Amino acid sequence: MTSTYAVLSEGLEKRFGQVHALRGLDLAVAEGTVCGVLGPNGAGKTTAVGLLTTLLRPDAGSARVAGHDLVREAAAVRGRIAVTGQDTSIDGDLTGRQNLRLFGRLHRVRGPAGRTAELLDRFGLTEAADRPASTWSGGMRRRLDLAASLVRRPDVLFLDEPTTGLDPVSRTLIWDVVRGLTAEGTTVLLTTQYLEEADQLADDIALVDRGRVTHTGSPAQLKSLVGAHAEVVVPEADVLAEAAAVLDRLTGAQPSFDHERNAVAAVSKDPTLTIPLLVRALDTAGVPLLDVSLRPPTLDDVFLRLTETAPEPTGTTDEKERAA
Amino acid sequence: MSMLAHDGTAMLGRQLLRLRNNPGLLILTQTMPISMLLFFGYVFGSALAVPGEAYRAFLVPGLLVATASGGIMAGMFQAAQDTHRGVTNRFRTLPVSRAAVPLGQAVADLVATAVGTVPFLLVGLAVGWRVEGSPLEAAGAFALLMLFRFACTWVGIHLGLLTRNEEAAGQLGGATFLLPLLSSAYIPTSGLPGWLRTVAEWNPISAVATALRDLLGNAPVPDGAAWPVAHPVAGSLLWCAVLLGVFVPLAVRQYAHGER
Repeated sequence: MTSTYAVLSEGLEKRFGQVHALRGLDLAVAEGTVCGVLGPNGAGKTTAVGLLTTLLRPDAGSARVAGHDLVREAAAVRGRIAVTGQDTSIDGDLTGRQNLRLFGRLHRVRGPAGRTAELLDRFGLTEAADRPASTWSGGMRRRLDLAASLVRRPDVLFLDEPTTGLDPVSRTLIWDVVRGLTAEGTTVLLTTQYLEEADQLADDIALVDRGRVTHTGSPAQLKSLVGAHAEVVVPEADVLAEAAAVLDRLTGAQPSFDHERNAVAAVSKDPTLTIPLLVRALDTAGVPLLDVSLRPPTLDDVFLRLTETAPEPTGTTDEKERAA
Repeated sequence: MSMLAHDGTAMLGRQLLRLRNNPGLLILTQTMPISMLLFFGYVFGSALAVPGEAYRAFLVPGLLVATASGGIMAGMFQAAQDTHRGVTNRFRTLPVSRAAVPLGQAVADLVATAVGTVPFLLVGLAVGWRVEGSPLEAAGAFALLMLFRFACTWVGIHLGLLTRNEEAAGQLGGATFLLPLLSSAYIPTSGLPGWLRTVAEWNPISAVATALRDLLGNAPVPDGAAWPVAHPVAGSLLWCAVLLGVFVPLAVRQYAHGER
């Protein structure tokens, strides 16, 4: 039977001693798509990748990856996947070219020299190719790591936070490569903390929190789960609390303050909220206004609303956004 | 089997490239035994009852075996480093024979050891050590030395895969310098008090050192020694078989299972 899912897991569980890292992971990734696995630190993203790439053995549940059973046909799974992890895992004592040739040999690629040259070129590494990888910059090493995963085109590519801490040039290059891969039929499972990355690349997103998938859908579908991001700016600090009370009532969400700008904001639970409704309510309450805005939710808003363990308090994130 | 041969060769190639990229490392590992030969041979040797030249001839095979036991440290450090840096996990996700990675490492270590021994032997010749046995016996001595190194490297690989941490492996590896001290590598065991002599003679290093001295004609097999030293060649072969029989399966298993 050929499955249309490149990754299909049911109830995957993993414990490390007292820590219940995964509590039943159900994931379905359609062939040829990019699935973004999104979640706060400690949600179980890396454990999920470890299980799905045969590095870890599940305590319960089952999964098929690239059409093979993860546990009973682990060797067959390994033959069709590639992994680029959070930490660079190339051999720093070898040059970039030597690294790629080694992976080419291990994957039994015909003409590894040609494939190596092609990949070095595609990842902008040709110039440094014959220097030991330990002398390279972090971004270059990460690009080489991804290149090593592509020496033989994998059916399923796992990327565990591939661009964390990377410079914009390397990040854009990796994004371009990922887009190109799905065009060639490779399925990509990508974990990330960057919502923009998921928004840019993912066809579907699985929101993971505390070892479970809590929500799935396209970025647009997930955004429609929460209403708009409303912000009110007032002229005087003493009316800020009144504005917040109105916002609280209309959005049904806990507002967050930006005291420097005399602003208060909330992500609406009500998708029917409009600017006229907002202005009328504030006017009725006698709150003077400098500015009222309502913008579509970002994945950040979705993430903060839907995950119980937000990475940071809402206010802090908002303040950071404004400062940026 | 052909999968193991193919992957093992690729992994061997990797390790040999590392050596070629860092030739200084190979030279560095040889400065230790050479300086020990000079210090022990001339400084300590001057205080011993035996004539200096005879002690140096006794010391050269001993240091060869002591250096071979350093395979524990080398194997451990390399395996821990690869694990720590994520390279081992990367290999684990590849469709590669499970034994290929440790095997490639152990064989590469053997090549490095064989090449690295040459300068030490030249210094040994310069300070008066000679091969007194037949060429066949000398070849046997060298083969035994390599077999012992191979066995020690597998012990190290297993320990390195267990510790997973470069620094811990470095610390633990330092402790392996003590192993030859309680053996006949540097001194004849016949002078040790009874129980200590027994312990030292059951140290595998003693059996191999005695076998080398016997085959190279540098010193006779001591009288009244424990069985592995009294029958040094058979004793050495048995020790190697035991170490390999225990640690090869353990290391391969540890590699295949990882941290799951």
